[in-house]
Amino acid sequence: MNAMNNHLVIDVKDMTKQFGGRRVVDHIGLQVRPGEIYGFLGPNGSGKTTFIRMLCGLLKADEGSGTCLGYDVIRDSEEIKLQVGYMTQRFSFWEDLSIAENLDFVARMYGIKKRREVVSQSIERLGLTGRQRQLAGQLSGGWKQRLALAACLIHNPKLLLLDEPTAGVDPKARRDFWEQIHQLAAEGLTFLITTHYMDEAERCDRLAYIAYGRLLANGTVAEVIDSAHLTTWSVKGPDLQKLTLELRHKPGVQHAVAFGSMLHVSGGDADELERSIAPYRKSPYEWTLIRPGLEDVFIHLMGQSQDNFAS
Amino acid sequence: MSSPSPFSVQRFIAIVVKEFIQMGRDRVTFGMMVGIPLIQLVLFGFAINTDPKHLPVAVLMADQGAQSRTLLEAMKNSRYFEFVREVHSEAEAQEALSQGAVQFVVNFPVNFSRDLLRGDRPVLLVEADATDPASTSNAMGSLNKVLEQALKHDLKGPLAFLDTSAGGAVDLRIHARYNPEAITQYNIVPGLMGVVLTMTMVMITALAITRERERGTMENLLSMPTRPFEVLLGKIIPYILIGYIQVALILLAAHFLFQVPMMGDLGLLLLGVFVFITANLAMGITFSTLAKNQLQAVQLSFFFFLPSLLLSGFMFPFRGMPVWAQTLGEVLPLTHFLRVVRGIMLKGNGLHETMGHLWPVALFAAVVLTIGVKRYRQTLD
Repeated sequence: MNAMNNHLVIDVKDMTKQFGGRRVVDHIGLQVRPGEIYGFLGPNGSGKTTFIRMLCGLLKADEGSGTCLGYDVIRDSEEIKLQVGYMTQRFSFWEDLSIAENLDFVARMYGIKKRREVVSQSIERLGLTGRQRQLAGQLSGGWKQRLALAACLIHNPKLLLLDEPTAGVDPKARRDFWEQIHQLAAEGLTFLITTHYMDEAERCDRLAYIAYGRLLANGTVAEVIDSAHLTTWSVKGPDLQKLTLELRHKPGVQHAVAFGSMLHVSGGDADELERSIAPYRKSPYEWTLIRPGLEDVFIHLMGQSQDNFAS
Repeated sequence: MSSPSPFSVQRFIAIVVKEFIQMGRDRVTFGMMVGIPLIQLVLFGFAINTDPKHLPVAVLMADQGAQSRTLLEAMKNSRYFEFVREVHSEAEAQEALSQGAVQFVVNFPVNFSRDLLRGDRPVLLVEADATDPASTSNAMGSLNKVLEQALKHDLKGPLAFLDTSAGGAVDLRIHARYNPEAITQYNIVPGLMGVVLTMTMVMITALAITRERERGTMENLLSMPTRPFEVLLGKIIPYILIGYIQVALILLAAHFLFQVPMMGDLGLLLLGVFVFITANLAMGITFSTLAKNQLQAVQLSFFFFLPSLLLSGFMFPFRGMPVWAQTLGEVLPLTHFLRVVRGIMLKGNGLHETMGHLWPVALFAAVVLTIGVKRYRQTLD
């Protein structure tokens, strides 16, 4: 058994998985520190779920090496399973079992001591004491998600892998959920969370962006933004739709995307971008140079990756 | 933190408890499991008749005369009878009959030929295993005619005075054993027990793993520290109980509705049932590891059920089938279970006779479950 000599909860490199000759995850490496909330972002089908499944032993990696919680990520998947909580993208608890029965089942599977006590505490913490006999299938999306999280926590894991935990959950439940995540992280739990929401990405300590199975950027929010070397202009004015169409084909404009009542125009080459927009920098348009947001950067990364990998 | 054990009783219990609860919640399936035996009992209230030939016969030959040879030859020529062995005592004959090794025992007493020629009307005793009336009735019906023709041919010239008509020179006595009144229900109803168990047990477990996969709960189950054997065995256990409920229903119907006798030991029968149920559940759970979805699982179940129904000797007399079909039939648990259940209920067979038909079922279960455990994947690959 390996000691956690490197102090990293997840430390893997070159993780690769192929399905039918297509590399769904292509040499991805990741380092996650204890107590960190690590965001995992990327478009649908980019390989996020596959990567997470390899971490917890649900899929066999074709290539790759490293450790998860100090255990060999390839060989010791059974040991890893004991200390990892994995919340699947789709609700995967038993809908024909009640809340209490689901939790009880999980507790048995992990051989929890004082099982009944642990389960009833968990139900209490969930705030579901009165509804513990209700079937899981009858719960709303938000409650299902809370139940899933509670079930993943029952065996006191050190690492939680959450795959799009807030998809289809209303904003209030989403906010409550994130509060709980931060609280648990403060207690020392480590999180790897996939998400499509930018506000959630910004709540992560660090994040990684992957597309087409490759890691395109990682670091803190600021680092990811800086590393993109993106120049972004914000435009205000009438009939932005027309402006968007015109700008899109100009050299140096990588994307022009509407953000509310404004248009963000971004490009990698600041000078070329400035030359291209020069004819439009007059009334009625109001141009401001802004610091690009995460979303600008991701749209930029996604566009780039499409150019590179799409065939 | 120690590494997870290869088999954890606690995890096994967890699966069993979960399966029991889910079984209880699934009212439709539960109703089906109880309804199917009842419907089948009603539907199969009638028998299916065919005309099997070459039925295996044992001869107990105490006579050395020419006439007994003539009669044996004539029986063989009728194509209904095939002499497969010679027995030397009544006890040996009984054993061959109760184990089902032969369908008939022909008993030529001492001095048969001499008595025949003297006109003393010697007794020719034919004992038949009439458990399944369909497979013996034609052969038995033909006997008189066969004997008459053979004797007419043989008893000529100075012997022509002997009466060769039916019931003439020979006192033919046929003992239809085990089911003397040839009541088809005696045969069909115990057989139905096997058919119903095959149908429902295989299908219900065939769905077990595919259902988890289709509902997306398999991913969750696999992310927990669990072993194939715990999951497969844990999913089988609750259905053994269901199987016994079906058996109880059929036995009650057999007794009260069809007045089928229960000659043997009920405890032995229930033991036989256990082995048979396990074999079918093992088959189902293995299908479950092979099938990609629930529809495939159901199709695989039928793929198994149909040959079981047709080749086991339930639908058609086993000995009426061609050799290749019999060989195939010997592999199927139902074939052996039919012999077990009919043997115990109708012949009053004991442990000794039963074991001979039970071990192939146990072997089947072991082989199939091994395949299942091997096929069960611990990953989503």
